[in-house]
Amino acid sequence: MSRVASIGIDAGSTTCKLVAVDQDGAIVGSSLEPTEPRVELQVQRMLDEIRAEHAVAGTAPTIATGYGRKLIKEATRNLTEITCHARGVFRDLGRAGTLIDIGGQDSKVIQVGDDGRPVDFMMNDKCAAGTGRFLEYTAARLGVPVQELGPRALSTAQEEPISSTCTVFAESEIISLIARGAEPDSILRGLHRSLVGRVVSMVRSVGIVAPLMLSGGVAKNDAVREMIAQATAEEVILPREPQLMGAYGAALLGM
Amino acid sequence: MTMSEALPHYVESNRLEHFVNYEILGKTALRVQRWRDQWKFARRRPRPDSPLNPPLRSVVHMKEIMSRHYLEGRYAAGVRKVAWVTSGAPTEPLQALGYFLVYPENHAALCGVRRKAQSIAEEAEQAGWSRDICSYARTDIGAMISGNTPAGRLPRPDMLVCCTNICQTVLHWYRVLADYFECPLVLIDTPFLYQEAHEHEIAYVKRQIEDMIAVAEEIAGRSLDEKHFEDVMTNARRGAELWLEVLNRSQHHPAPMTAFDGFIHMGPIVDMRGEAVTVAYYERLLAELDERIERGIGAIKQERYRVLWDNLPIWFKIGEFSNWLAERGVNVVASTYTFAWGELAPMIDPTRPLDSMARVYLHPILNRSTGHKLDAMKRIVDEFELDGVILHSDRSCKPYSLGQIDQRDRLVKTLGVPALLLEADHNDPRDYSDEQGSNRLEAFVEMMEARA
Repeated sequence: MSRVASIGIDAGSTTCKLVAVDQDGAIVGSSLEPTEPRVELQVQRMLDEIRAEHAVAGTAPTIATGYGRKLIKEATRNLTEITCHARGVFRDLGRAGTLIDIGGQDSKVIQVGDDGRPVDFMMNDKCAAGTGRFLEYTAARLGVPVQELGPRALSTAQEEPISSTCTVFAESEIISLIARGAEPDSILRGLHRSLVGRVVSMVRSVGIVAPLMLSGGVAKNDAVREMIAQATAEEVILPREPQLMGAYGAALLGM
Repeated sequence: MTMSEALPHYVESNRLEHFVNYEILGKTALRVQRWRDQWKFARRRPRPDSPLNPPLRSVVHMKEIMSRHYLEGRYAAGVRKVAWVTSGAPTEPLQALGYFLVYPENHAALCGVRRKAQSIAEEAEQAGWSRDICSYARTDIGAMISGNTPAGRLPRPDMLVCCTNICQTVLHWYRVLADYFECPLVLIDTPFLYQEAHEHEIAYVKRQIEDMIAVAEEIAGRSLDEKHFEDVMTNARRGAELWLEVLNRSQHHPAPMTAFDGFIHMGPIVDMRGEAVTVAYYERLLAELDERIERGIGAIKQERYRVLWDNLPIWFKIGEFSNWLAERGVNVVASTYTFAWGELAPMIDPTRPLDSMARVYLHPILNRSTGHKLDAMKRIVDEFELDGVILHSDRSCKPYSLGQIDQRDRLVKTLGVPALLLEADHNDPRDYSDEQGSNRLEAFVEMMEARA
């Protein structure tokens, strides 16, 4: 069993992630749970669990990131998701480029430099319309589980355009579309297009340095990846565990 | 409804009140207050837990000067002629004619620093003014209709001077003031400059300044004294030169003053340019900065990164940001905003007052192209040896914020410095989200750390 040399915690708005790495920076353990209201207690429990399963060096630093990072009392240091995602993805994919991190509460475009450090970034943090929450919220109206969103959106060529840029008003739009007899899958496709449109305009604003890389929970949605590739005519690549990249980068930055 | 019925809190004073309450009691009380502050300053213990070095000693004098100005304002109506003016208005002839000047923008900023702006702006919103209007305008209109102001009382104007060299909002705002106060409004229209000003533009502005003088003379019941006017212009030039020198002292490492200090110390040059007291104040401040430089004392204890601030300050966050950034070794050493009151000093020519005024009041940064501002920012980054730029995207100040996305991109791409767009508002706390704002600021600091 490898010894844990550093631990990264990503206390996000939707999920809470923990990654433990050995002295070579390889992942030796990880966990991912929906974020609980008392995130500090949750993280404590997750830390206890990792310590029970793995040998943790007494000097192993604990680096926290994510919106709840300041609540993690055990953290030796806390860093923003920008720096952590950049580092995690750089290590996993081994290249500079433009990283799109679509999280539950915000989305970010980060230009990752040749050394894995962020060179520039842009955040959409004013409005939920460009975030994972947009899909989660509107899909709930259609009664579709989150993991089925991508496949269902890709299952049809029909697309219902969603004109509202507001998550809450998009929901009212969905209700009228359903009332008019629109197919749920076509509505889902339109919702994905709407989200991707906003993300891509942010990407263009920062400027594309190929390749495009995706991290965050929404990266697991194939429709989002495909539509970003279509809209930008660029290759979109994913790290092995897109959702863990923040915590992974945090663990690496602790070393 | 007459003005006095609509605005009952605008009362007139008489000469006796002005003399007793301001000249005798007020000035004495403020002097005693300053002595007390100086005594407290001298006995100040070092604060090892603070990331900032002790504030500049001069601040107690500035407090006295500004308090005296606002105190006189309480008793000025009925005793002196009063003009309400925009921050970029050509005020020197008014000063030479003995007018007491009120800067509603500065008053609104005062409300912002005291964290009263939102509740006062809500008075205006409840009276029907949209939240999309500039928060300075809402704050001042709210104060005007409610009488609620941390300054105690403002004097009602005998005339209004609105110059469009800072924005177009002032045009509508001052029409509202003219309606309420039923007094003459002089508009100085300054054509937007894409390049340097043309001669016909200078002639156009000069003619309007001459018209303003004619109106002001009629209201004041006296003529402009050429000699006095020249003295005011001499003070205006000297004050602006000194202010520019004060700001440029922060080219030193470590910088003896932060831009946040600058936002506070700019009070006299905004409200009292052309007055001898302003010249004396900046001489004092400059001497103190030189003393700091000589002793190697910076405004913050550990200056690791030097940063430029673009746009107005976020008045209700100045103290918090100043501390937060200093804790991380970030010294915001310069701002495009504070420079606006100094950079035109060389254009002021007391021997050709009207021509030079026309030129000066055409050239504020806000009346010039976005490319000009970008060049100014690049120059400051270079001259002050800066590591990053914070561009405050100010919801209220559209002319200042226009072009910032491109300016930011070009700073990043051509100078290779991290640059952050921070969305907020100069006066309305409802337009700033703390969690998201501080997250962006942290990421910005991490980028500078990564480059170091």
